[in-house]
Amino acid sequence: MGVLIILILVSLAVALAFLFAFIWSVKSGQYEDDYTPSVRMLFDDEQDKSTNTDNQS
Amino acid sequence: MSTSTSGTVEKFSYDNNIVRLFANATILWGAVGMLVGLLVALQMIFPVLNMNLEYTSFGRIRPLHTNAVIFAFVGNGIFAGVYYSLQRLLKTRMWSDLLSRINFWGWQLIIVSAAITLPLGYTTSKEYAELEWPIDIAIALIWVVFGWNLFATILKRRERHLYVAIWFYIATFVTVAVLHIVNSFELPVSMFKSYSWYAGVQDALVQWWYGHNAVAFFLTTPYLGLMYYFIPKAANRPVFSYRLSIIHFWALIFLYIWAGPHHLLYTALPDWAQSLGVVFSVMLIAPSWGGMINGLLTLRGAWDKVRDSVVLKFMVVAVTAYGMSTFEGPMLSLKSVNAIAHFTDWIIAHVHVGALGWNGFLTFGMLYYLFPKLYRTQIFSTKLANFHFWIGTLGILFYAIPLYWAGFTQSQMWNDFDSNGFLEYPNFLYTVTNILPMYAYRAIGGSLYYIGVIVMVYNLIMTARVGSFQKEEAAEAPALAKANPGLAPGEHWHRWIERRPVQMLVWALVMILIGGIIEMVPTFLVKSNVPTIATVKPYTPLELQGRDIYIKEGCNACHTQMVRPFRSETERYGEYSKAGEFVYDHPFLWGSKRTGPDLAREGSSKLRKPNSWHFEHMYDPRSVSDGSIMPAYPWLLEKELDTSTTAAKINAMITLGVPYEEGYAAIANRDLVKQANEIADEMRAQLEEEGFEVSADREIIALIAYLQRLGTDIEKTNETAEKQ
Ligand code: HEC
Repeated sequence: MGVLIILILVSLAVALAFLFAFIWSVKSGQYEDDYTPSVRMLFDDEQDKSTNTDNQS
Repeated sequence: MSTSTSGTVEKFSYDNNIVRLFANATILWGAVGMLVGLLVALQMIFPVLNMNLEYTSFGRIRPLHTNAVIFAFVGNGIFAGVYYSLQRLLKTRMWSDLLSRINFWGWQLIIVSAAITLPLGYTTSKEYAELEWPIDIAIALIWVVFGWNLFATILKRRERHLYVAIWFYIATFVTVAVLHIVNSFELPVSMFKSYSWYAGVQDALVQWWYGHNAVAFFLTTPYLGLMYYFIPKAANRPVFSYRLSIIHFWALIFLYIWAGPHHLLYTALPDWAQSLGVVFSVMLIAPSWGGMINGLLTLRGAWDKVRDSVVLKFMVVAVTAYGMSTFEGPMLSLKSVNAIAHFTDWIIAHVHVGALGWNGFLTFGMLYYLFPKLYRTQIFSTKLANFHFWIGTLGILFYAIPLYWAGFTQSQMWNDFDSNGFLEYPNFLYTVTNILPMYAYRAIGGSLYYIGVIVMVYNLIMTARVGSFQKEEAAEAPALAKANPGLAPGEHWHRWIERRPVQMLVWALVMILIGGIIEMVPTFLVKSNVPTIATVKPYTPLELQGRDIYIKEGCNACHTQMVRPFRSETERYGEYSKAGEFVYDHPFLWGSKRTGPDLAREGSSKLRKPNSWHFEHMYDPRSVSDGSIMPAYPWLLEKELDTSTTAAKINAMITLGVPYEEGYAAIANRDLVKQANEIADEMRAQLEEEGFEVSADREIIALIAYLQRLGTDIEKTNETAEKQ
């Protein structure tokens, strides 16, 4: 049981670090160019096959 | 940005058959589950509809309804949507057709076994986790099959970027797996009976951590993924802000997991845990509304499309309903609002705005989108689909508004004091009969909604008839070049994670675990959270058996066992409930809805009724409580109590740490029979005069023993305290 708790605390620390990195990145505008995927997903089916290649953004 | 594709174009096909299977199952189980819902709604107005049959009585049928609509209707809806969108978003077929089929048939098998076992009374009593342990194991296995297929498909994808919807699917898979396993820790007693590993407060905490997150990760995150796929698709325009969707995702999964304790405000749960739940619940409004706004604004400047597209109409109402329930949720988490709404029909209304509006309408919209696509045709009748939309919307309103009214009214009546400081409505039943008209309106609302569903079924069947099903949908896409492990200049690290589903999984897991663990571990560790009360003793064997009957009949669907520390409640029921009273309760039975009065102190000197009263009340509630809507339980008078299980049950309890004496299991039935005889003898004379037959070996005796025990332990404390 003790091991479990240690494991838990370790994951906790790691995850918190991750969280702070995440918040920091959001605040510092890391995501500003996240746009292309939202357009790309519109073009993936029932399109004319020949146009189905705008995969590279 | 660097191109991530190599030149070779590969040909493959999408598996539409699995999508069709899941879509059909969604429709079928939706129709069944909602019909059962309508039945339970009517039972609350006309108790005769319980049909005096154990298999159809409210306590057993209500979990059938909730399980059917959540796991069968929404569950299959999730799979249908995921299997459709995942293939297209990743430009690949599902990794394994075999796993897809196992996922499908396994899930249906689980549903069928639930539909059989719940009416038979095999239940753990834990809400939305009622299914007994063999089915729990099956769920875990099939869920893993789903996850396996999901990740293997992600790994062999032809599209480097993981669209935001996929993240929601991943979070769904991971979290539901963790939730299900943690909450299902139970000790089997027999093939279809188990005891929760946790007791009392801790069981309650785990259960509502699960229960809340079942809402979060079964009814919300997968559907958000579907929203982020189907709304842009149906509107043929990109989501309003992709960036917002990413923030939405991370913020949501991180916050949601902490909110569970808001189901346990003012209960015997430690205060700090309650406050934690409140804070995070309130914070949840931000990502939730971010998501709602993102969904709705996707249609900015294109509202004319909504006028023409029934798919979008359904989805707009769905997202609006999501916004409403995620606004209401945080409000209900505020202690002052919660004090009014908890245990009342307000919560049922709240749930159904989410269930009928968000889940139901999004599913319908998705089905109206999928069927023409799968069958390469137009929807059979746009008129009928529009009719469905309007009658469904009306149905939601007719469902929710009366129940808000009912909940608020009843809560006021519970809390009203007259000028002399007495309860204005000391008779609980009066507060029930008062809101019966609202229950009737609710049933009307439900019927309207259901008519819409039937119309949809017809419309979709006709669509399928007219069209021709395309089993394999040919597609082609360039193969992925080997992933570039570093970051291209100008790229930011989030992109890097997006390319690594396995790391993503690990991180998501870590993040959800923090929330759960921080809340639960301390309760397990810190003894002081559960003050022990010296006079609280384990149940006698007869009471234990009676408690299991209470569980089997689902009495906790209508009765709480949790007196909150309000004057109105302590006046009505006696001392408020203490954590230490529940330490031997595997599982806890606090309940969540007070359709009948709280029973935590039913055996106390304040509330205690004669044994014969309970006997007659269980046989026919209306014979002693005029106008009661409680079902009759005549079979309890006939069925013999199965005492062959007593030893196994006592032993299981000993394993779980309940302090019965070593070797007590062997002699437990002796005590059981003795106590049963005492109860039977005590009431025999009076009941036989009234024409009843009383024998000590019937289930009713055990149930009475249990009811008479409730709330008595703590009185012993008071008595001894007075003597000193
Ligand atoms: C459909 C909801 C419903 C279900 C299910 C239900 N009850 Fe009730 N119960 C009520 C209502 C309403 C009352 C109040 C009216 C009355 O006394 O019948 C009540 C009253 C009671 C009372 C009297 C409480 C008091 O102090 O006045 C007891 C005891 C009781 N129920 C036990 C049970 C048991 C045991 C079960 C399961 C076998 C059960 N109930 C199932 C609705 C329900």
